[in-house]
Amino acid sequence: MTRFIVAVLVLANIVTAIGVVNARHQHRQLFVQLTKLEHARDELNIDFGRLQLEQATWAEANRIDQIARTRLGMKFPETADIVVIRP
Amino acid sequence: MRRRDSRIGGRDRQGREGVLARLRSLFASRSGQHDAPPPRRNRAQFNLRGRLKLVVGTLGLCAVALVGRAVDLQLIDNAFYQKKADARILREIPIPTSRGMITDRNGEPLAVSTPVASLWANPQELSKYPDRLPELAKATDLPLDYLTRYVSQRADKEFMYIPRHRRISPGAARRILALNIPGVFSQREYRRFYPQGEAMAHILGFTNIDDEGQEGVELAFDTWLRGKPGAEKVIRDRRGRIVENVDLVRAAEPGKDLTLSIDRRIQYLTYRELKHALLESGASSASAVVLDINTGEVLAMANLPSFNPNAVESGQRESHRNRAVTDLIEPGSTMKPLTVAAALEAGVVTPNTLIDTNPGWMPNGRYRTTDTSNHGVLTVTGVITKSSNVGVSKIVAKLGDQDFYEFLRRFGYGQSTESGFPGEAAGLFPPPSRWSGTTKQTMSYGYGISVTPLQIAHAYAALANGGKMIEPTFVKGQPQETRQVLDPKIAHEVMKMMQTVTEPGGTAKDAAILGYHVAGKTGTARIASGGGYSRRYAAFFAGVVPVDNPRFSMAVVVMDPDPSRRGYYGGRVAGPVFHNVMEGSLRLMDVPPDDIETWLAAQAKAQAKKGLGMGDSGLGKAKPALHPVPNPQSPVPATPQGGAP
Repeated sequence: MTRFIVAVLVLANIVTAIGVVNARHQHRQLFVQLTKLEHARDELNIDFGRLQLEQATWAEANRIDQIARTRLGMKFPETADIVVIRP
Repeated sequence: MRRRDSRIGGRDRQGREGVLARLRSLFASRSGQHDAPPPRRNRAQFNLRGRLKLVVGTLGLCAVALVGRAVDLQLIDNAFYQKKADARILREIPIPTSRGMITDRNGEPLAVSTPVASLWANPQELSKYPDRLPELAKATDLPLDYLTRYVSQRADKEFMYIPRHRRISPGAARRILALNIPGVFSQREYRRFYPQGEAMAHILGFTNIDDEGQEGVELAFDTWLRGKPGAEKVIRDRRGRIVENVDLVRAAEPGKDLTLSIDRRIQYLTYRELKHALLESGASSASAVVLDINTGEVLAMANLPSFNPNAVESGQRESHRNRAVTDLIEPGSTMKPLTVAAALEAGVVTPNTLIDTNPGWMPNGRYRTTDTSNHGVLTVTGVITKSSNVGVSKIVAKLGDQDFYEFLRRFGYGQSTESGFPGEAAGLFPPPSRWSGTTKQTMSYGYGISVTPLQIAHAYAALANGGKMIEPTFVKGQPQETRQVLDPKIAHEVMKMMQTVTEPGGTAKDAAILGYHVAGKTGTARIASGGGYSRRYAAFFAGVVPVDNPRFSMAVVVMDPDPSRRGYYGGRVAGPVFHNVMEGSLRLMDVPPDDIETWLAAQAKAQAKKGLGMGDSGLGKAKPALHPVPNPQSPVPATPQGGAP
């Protein structure tokens, strides 16, 4: 009986030991994956930020003002150009 | 073990012979007890078993000692060497994180952090390859002798930034790294960019090279915007390359985004118009604030001179100040509506009480309080319309010192607006115990008291908001503390008085906006200097629009305009800024006109003029444009009046 218990315990010990090794291995693999994905996410975020910055730079009010006035020949409507319609 | 063997093998023969002889004699003495034969011949009678036992025993003891030591090191006392080993290969490295983005109320980015590369080198390693230095010097565009000296001076260090290559573009860094010079690395850092440039510089402030907020919103909300850098454990090899990521100690927390109450378009408009006014009037500086009356949110705040937040070092320190909240000015005539409101609340006057301002001046201690001209007998409304100093002096004379003081305190003069902006000034407003005989009189038209432009806009917003003070804020959508400081009925009466200012006969016809009733007040104050008042002026306009259902409160201050250009009167210098900005803002925010009658009248007038100008061709068609009938199917081109869609 004692032998049997010892055998079971030894077996259980080996199994858990392998389990620990396996879990550790999986942890590392998943961690590498996580790091990779986080990296990819950060890169995308950075790209997004960069594009937003670029867009904001292109959409800078002064620039739009200049282009609208000079290149497109736009102007603010004057009083005479506005028609008020009574509801 | 092997090394020791070989060393024994290398010794001279005599030494070995000597050892053997000694051993032999040892065994001989032992065996001699058993009446041993002569040594040379009893080799075969050696007790082989005994010897083997001895050898095995000795070796066994050694092995046990080794195993014991191994057990001791690996199981019992393993911490010390484990630590030593970890210290050599395991490194905890920081994970950099970016600062939060600042956007305007519509989500347009105003301050964005983007990654840049900082090149660094390990001088210990770099100095081992002096032949690669010219290559590096060429790639980095640094003089070779300078770089050589720079590296050799730091040869015992393990880290140095490569001069002038901090925060460069990632592409440029990649090109230098591609040369594969040993000991040269790049690290990622973040740099802040401000796409709106000068127009937003004062509100946003800027950050230093370590990404810490230094001024403005960047400083006020530094803890919110700043991320928490994370840390991870990695295994590194001898050359510092990362072999494996072992563990995440702390995840990096990126900074949180911040949505400001600023509207980018109104802000730009304010900045542009202010700049225009500054150039046209030859003034030295100017500030403007636009508040949303219903929420207390700051929609725009611009100052001149400004600076480029993307290159802070090159700008002048002087221009970094957000004058609209830090600079104190005497509010001049913009004070008068508050004085009148105080008198109305105390019940000493009504809007129609007659005030005799003859002969256009009155004594004020050793000096005089004068008007621009003699306005004769005015109603209280007329005092505001004509901006009569004598008029308000006579009104305030009916008020108690303490009443007047407490009223202005309630409107926030002499205390910070709690907007949370760094460096905000509270203003100078001495209590009545420190007033001299004439203080109340001079205060009634805005001298002897100092306020910030934000405080003026704030007080006017409260007048327009039925006497409700709402703390100004720079952040969108935050409920603000509200205080009722004035009876809504009195506030409305004052608004109606201020409306006359921009109407014919008032002092600020330039500030009138077609289609809207504008309530405002001009101000022209002499700038105090050297204990007296100089011939330099500050031109003000503060106003709210529209009068029915007010939306915006704006204060404009133009300091020291050149009198020879456009004059120095508030209505002429600051009024047009108010007009242009508010006209644009009303359109941008889709505020319905509250004065459509004037608009229609002006339109009819314009049409009539146009019709006359057209002469024979368009006279008959001038009228239908007022009630255009759209007819998209019609192939006929639109009438010359061109109003129809």
